[in-house]
Amino acid sequence: MMPMVTTSGLFFSLVPLIVFFPVIGLLINIIFGGRMGEKVVGTIASLAAGAAFVVSALLAYSLAMHPETVIVPFAEWIHIGALQIDWAFRVDTLSVTMMLVVSGVGTLIHIYAIGYMHEDVRFKGDVSRYRRFFVFLNLFIAMMMILVSGDSYMMLFVGWEGVGLCSFLLIGFWYDMDTLGRPSFANANAAKKAFIANRVGDFGFVIAGLIIFWAFGSFQFDQVFAKVPEIAAAMPWVIVAVTLLMLVGVAGKSAQIPLFVWLPDAMAGPTPVSALIHAATMVTAGVYLIVRSAPLYSVNHSVQYFVATLGAATALFAATIAAGQYDIKKVLAYSTISQLGFMVAAAGMGAYTAAIFHLATHAFFKALLFLDAGSIILGMERGHHHLVHGHGDPHDAGAGTHNAEVFDPGDMRNMGGLRDKMKVSYWLYLIGALALAGIFPLAGFWSKDEILLEASRNYPHVYWMLIIAAFFTAFYMGRQVWMVFFGKPRTEVAAHAEESPKIMTVPLMVLASLSVLGGLLNMATILGFTLPGSHLLAEWLGHSLGEAEAGELNLIVAGLSTVFALLAIYFSWLIYGRKSIETGQLDPLKKPLGPVFFGMENKWFIDEAYQFLFINPYRSISKFLADKVDWAFWHDWFHDRVIAGGYNWITTILLDQYVDQRGIDALANGLGTGTKRLSTVMRAWQNGLVRTYALTVLVGVIVILGYLILK
Amino acid sequence: MVPVSYYLAISGILFTLGAMGVLIRRNALVIFMSIELMLNAGNLAFVAFARMHNTFSGQLFVFFVMTVAAAEVAVGLALIVAIFRTKNSINVDQMSSLKG
Repeated sequence: MMPMVTTSGLFFSLVPLIVFFPVIGLLINIIFGGRMGEKVVGTIASLAAGAAFVVSALLAYSLAMHPETVIVPFAEWIHIGALQIDWAFRVDTLSVTMMLVVSGVGTLIHIYAIGYMHEDVRFKGDVSRYRRFFVFLNLFIAMMMILVSGDSYMMLFVGWEGVGLCSFLLIGFWYDMDTLGRPSFANANAAKKAFIANRVGDFGFVIAGLIIFWAFGSFQFDQVFAKVPEIAAAMPWVIVAVTLLMLVGVAGKSAQIPLFVWLPDAMAGPTPVSALIHAATMVTAGVYLIVRSAPLYSVNHSVQYFVATLGAATALFAATIAAGQYDIKKVLAYSTISQLGFMVAAAGMGAYTAAIFHLATHAFFKALLFLDAGSIILGMERGHHHLVHGHGDPHDAGAGTHNAEVFDPGDMRNMGGLRDKMKVSYWLYLIGALALAGIFPLAGFWSKDEILLEASRNYPHVYWMLIIAAFFTAFYMGRQVWMVFFGKPRTEVAAHAEESPKIMTVPLMVLASLSVLGGLLNMATILGFTLPGSHLLAEWLGHSLGEAEAGELNLIVAGLSTVFALLAIYFSWLIYGRKSIETGQLDPLKKPLGPVFFGMENKWFIDEAYQFLFINPYRSISKFLADKVDWAFWHDWFHDRVIAGGYNWITTILLDQYVDQRGIDALANGLGTGTKRLSTVMRAWQNGLVRTYALTVLVGVIVILGYLILK
Repeated sequence: MVPVSYYLAISGILFTLGAMGVLIRRNALVIFMSIELMLNAGNLAFVAFARMHNTFSGQLFVFFVMTVAAAEVAVGLALIVAIFRTKNSINVDQMSSLKG
């Protein structure tokens, strides 16, 4: 254990509250929520998340005063022999950065969700789910806090599984209807897919954890990391196995190749969930895990090379798919996978600060984009509602009635020209898109540039993959902006779309300002000038990671990526902006690119390939196991024939015929017949003549007396 | 004074006669009388022994025997009357309905 340093006057001991505020919030909502109404439920949940943010901010302040890692023990957990795991909170600059991102973005999304879910439950006609939604959101914040604040791999794993559960619950939030409110199990299936894909990853994580305990004798971070040089020298394969198995967990949680397939489907959840869990926070848990395990990853360069390549490949691969999608949220989902690839690549290259920097800025602008997409979708739904029900009271319609005709409010081909209808959403989306595309001086520029710079130094192949991915990023964001906001409305619905209420747009404005200013967190040195506040994050994280990378703005790298981004936006304007696509028109890229675009459009048939490669063989194996092994062999043959048949044989043949009939029965019957025979003989004495009896008595008396006398 | 053995001899003779009567005769009334004879043979032996030992307990016991004999006669005669009413006979050999 770390020695406890004097921390009087600081707020380190408050750290358990980051978990308990959300828990209190969800308990209040579970117990009293039914009687309190939507507004109060949402307010309590937001306050709980906000309180966690305040505590995180106090912790950040304390760390600024006292930058050493502080471990706050909280409770004993598992004490079995050599296995000693306590629930302790680790307060260092890395975990507090994560806490700030999680609770800060989380609080904003809670507030947004008050407005969003009000409309969503109205459109889908089940108001009672409102409370459940906020209970799940609070639970998610609590679990994410456990994940980032745990002081051992086991506590991290508790949070890891907890957020996986929340993800499952929230993807399948509308488990009985699809995004349009029609009865369907699509969302429930998406939830299962996410859960199972994560199980595959967790399997790797669990094995990694077992190896860690076997080799290092502890789960506690400091104890594990202290032994890394020793183990790396003695048993280098342990480090490779642990890091690669952990990478499987990372691939599951942070949606990397090959386990990323669940994330696009996870967009079935309500949009605030997509923003909070599947873009800003939970999916970054994998990146956090790599950064947290930096001492393990840093010692083996081939592992680092592999991680970086995997991240870059994911970034590029997902970016190409994003460019071929039509659903506004699907584009953002693949974009998230791609950006997570950037982070994993950065973490793999050892650029941990860059990874966390990009994690934070990405949380800002991707949450902004997702929430704004939700606002746009609801705007479209309002327009649709308006059209179907005329100008009547919009509150009188139940779900189902306005869904008679199939209309997808999230399909970008149904949009167009929303710039005038939803002005606020338009400007906010533009900021988010530019930040994501990496345009100077928005947040995305700084964080992405730092990753690219790092790649250009040591990993040229990663650099080229990432810069092409960045090109695609700018391209699909441009495509999206032109398709959604510019040109003429392609449907009547888009022409009648309405702006969202303030409760939804105000949190977006906060996120937008963070997306603009987020670069200040870790601004690079420009042309040798170090502005005040530069390298803030690097120095801050240096206390946890033991290194401070001095990011420098390389004009060639930065210039090249800016040129690529601008070029991509120009291309997207040429294709989608200059001449807006018409209603029902095919994507203009479809013809020139042919099969390539067909592949992009259909996600390169990854789902189908998995279906063919894994799911179908798995099904046949399970069918074989169920029909042949379990039913035919185990049940029919072993159980029925061997056990039941054998038992019957023993009972009928052995017991019934031999032991029972000839043994026990014969004994009982023999007693009966013996008694009968004896009585036949003895009956003769009972002749009814009183005098005979008297004589018998007399003889008896004489015999007894004679015996007594002659004795 | 007559020696005790004389009394005992008479008592033995009387008892034997009674026992023979019970075993040989068929008339229930005669059997009854024979039983009385055996009882009184017993009484005679009691009294003789009491005299010999100069105690009263033997003589006292005789009174009990006489009482019991009287009660027995009362019950026994009633039984005989009841049997005679149903069977029109008091021949004990005919009362054999309990035989096996």
